[in-house]
Amino acid sequence: MNGANGSDRARRGSLLQISSVWVAVASTVVVFAALALIIVNAPGWPKVKHAFFDPAEFRAYFGTIGHAFVLNIKIFLVAEVLILTLAMVLAVLRSLPGPVFLPIRLLAIGYTDLFRGIPTILLVLLFGFGIPTLQLSHVTRDPVYLGAAALVVIYTAYVSEVYRAGIDSVHPSQEAAARSLGLTRGQTMQTVILPQAVRRVIPPLLNDFIGLQKDTALISVLGPVEALQRANLGSASEFNYTPYVVAAFFFVLITVPQARLTDWLIARDRKRQMAGGRV
Amino acid sequence: MINKLLAVAFVALALAASGCGSSSSSSSSTPPASSGGAADCSPASLHTLTSGKLTIGTDNPAYSPYYTGGPGHDWSGKYNNDPYTGKGFEAAVAYAVAEKMGFTKDQVTWAVTHFDQSFAPGPKNFDFYLAQVSIRPKRAENVDFSLPYYRANQAVVALKGTPITSATTLADLKQYKLGTQVGTTSYDFITGTIQPSQQPSAFNTTNDAIHALQAGQIDGIVVDLPTAFYMTAVQIPKSTVVGQFPTSPGGDQWGLVMTKDSPLKACVDKAVSALTADGTLAKLQKTWLSDKVSTPVLQ
Repeated sequence: MNGANGSDRARRGSLLQISSVWVAVASTVVVFAALALIIVNAPGWPKVKHAFFDPAEFRAYFGTIGHAFVLNIKIFLVAEVLILTLAMVLAVLRSLPGPVFLPIRLLAIGYTDLFRGIPTILLVLLFGFGIPTLQLSHVTRDPVYLGAAALVVIYTAYVSEVYRAGIDSVHPSQEAAARSLGLTRGQTMQTVILPQAVRRVIPPLLNDFIGLQKDTALISVLGPVEALQRANLGSASEFNYTPYVVAAFFFVLITVPQARLTDWLIARDRKRQMAGGRV
Repeated sequence: MINKLLAVAFVALALAASGCGSSSSSSSSTPPASSGGAADCSPASLHTLTSGKLTIGTDNPAYSPYYTGGPGHDWSGKYNNDPYTGKGFEAAVAYAVAEKMGFTKDQVTWAVTHFDQSFAPGPKNFDFYLAQVSIRPKRAENVDFSLPYYRANQAVVALKGTPITSATTLADLKQYKLGTQVGTTSYDFITGTIQPSQQPSAFNTTNDAIHALQAGQIDGIVVDLPTAFYMTAVQIPKSTVVGQFPTSPGGDQWGLVMTKDSPLKACVDKAVSALTADGTLAKLQKTWLSDKVSTPVLQ
């Protein structure tokens, strides 16, 4: 009886599955077709198409903007390594227990509060135009480095919060168990808490990095001709917005694989956590 | 079941929405693009943004020597200038064109239009726009240009005593870090003609370029010659015009920007050519733009 019931349920389940696949396909096709129709039939579509999606412009600027995009890639690759390291230090400092470390905790809290609150573009301008004006002899005046430094400072604040959430999510019993085995506080953090914490926060970390990659375009306000500024120049010289679309294409091109990777990691994580709980 | 209902709802919504799209396309009435109105240029019969008024767009900030009335209205802050004063070369040209078209000073309204907005497709917030915009064939595919009202050469500004000031040829400039403003034709000129060994910088505003020059991040700014004179005289202490570039083939001519297929073009052109013919434009240049011709030409 149980077996008959089970196979019945399975068959009903697979039928439902098939029909829901069809509904999903149909509704997707209808919605996308309707959206396309609405846009293409809009009275101003030919003008918008010419101004934003001109194939000739796209081809003309693909190479130059792609070349300029290399600068964005360099900036975020270097920035990401620095951010991962500095944010970890900051998060650990903020998690230091005991009254002795209060000033350090306060400094760490002040840092995250301040730099998460400041608009990124302001800090980029402040670093890029402010620091060279100080005329310090051993500090670079290169706007690329200064702009990247501003991004590192801001994103370190964000990422340290992500790390801290990870550290807080590790159950206190883990620490207690580790300490009872005779590990020092430092050893516990290093070998027990952090490995678990970091694994849990990989998806939100990737999320922040996608934000960082787009924000490399903010450095354009300091003058370096990266992808966005190259698009800006192209757009201004031809009175056509297609170069911006080319720049967007490159940003999306590197973002999408990371977004899918994040999704996959989240799904894997959930599967793992649910592993014992399935009935 | 819920899924199916949702699907049906989507279809209904989509149909309704597409119905809206097509109905608005048939009801939207565009003024005839023919230049048949050329004969009749009286303010009352012109298809201006606000009937009986002329709306002129310009950038904000509006810089000298093209606008020199000092801050006012929406144009506030250091180095910014209120176009309503009619002071400065382009403010004066705008009012002269308006007057030739039959509008009084009170009938002219100024609109803040960012450079990027000036060529955006779709409705514009101005009847014509002027902010040192060079006429280019590629640009003319997306907007209408009036006949030119000025012809400008590009020049290099640098701080006095820096190595770049000893440059006498285009080749001498190659080794320096140059900067320019986005939205000008200067960047193409730098990369195409000077071909410097260092990547030139492009700034969003002139103020940013000035800042970078003073902070030593760039060696020279490439701008049009009248702006170069203004920079050296007012904006950047201890700076000098290194030289001007020979007039590019076809010339860097500035025109008033209008929406593509503007019904006003014929009348605006008529006014501009009348102002050229009667010497008004030449007179305004003399009044507002420095006429120093001694600037060396960098070949």
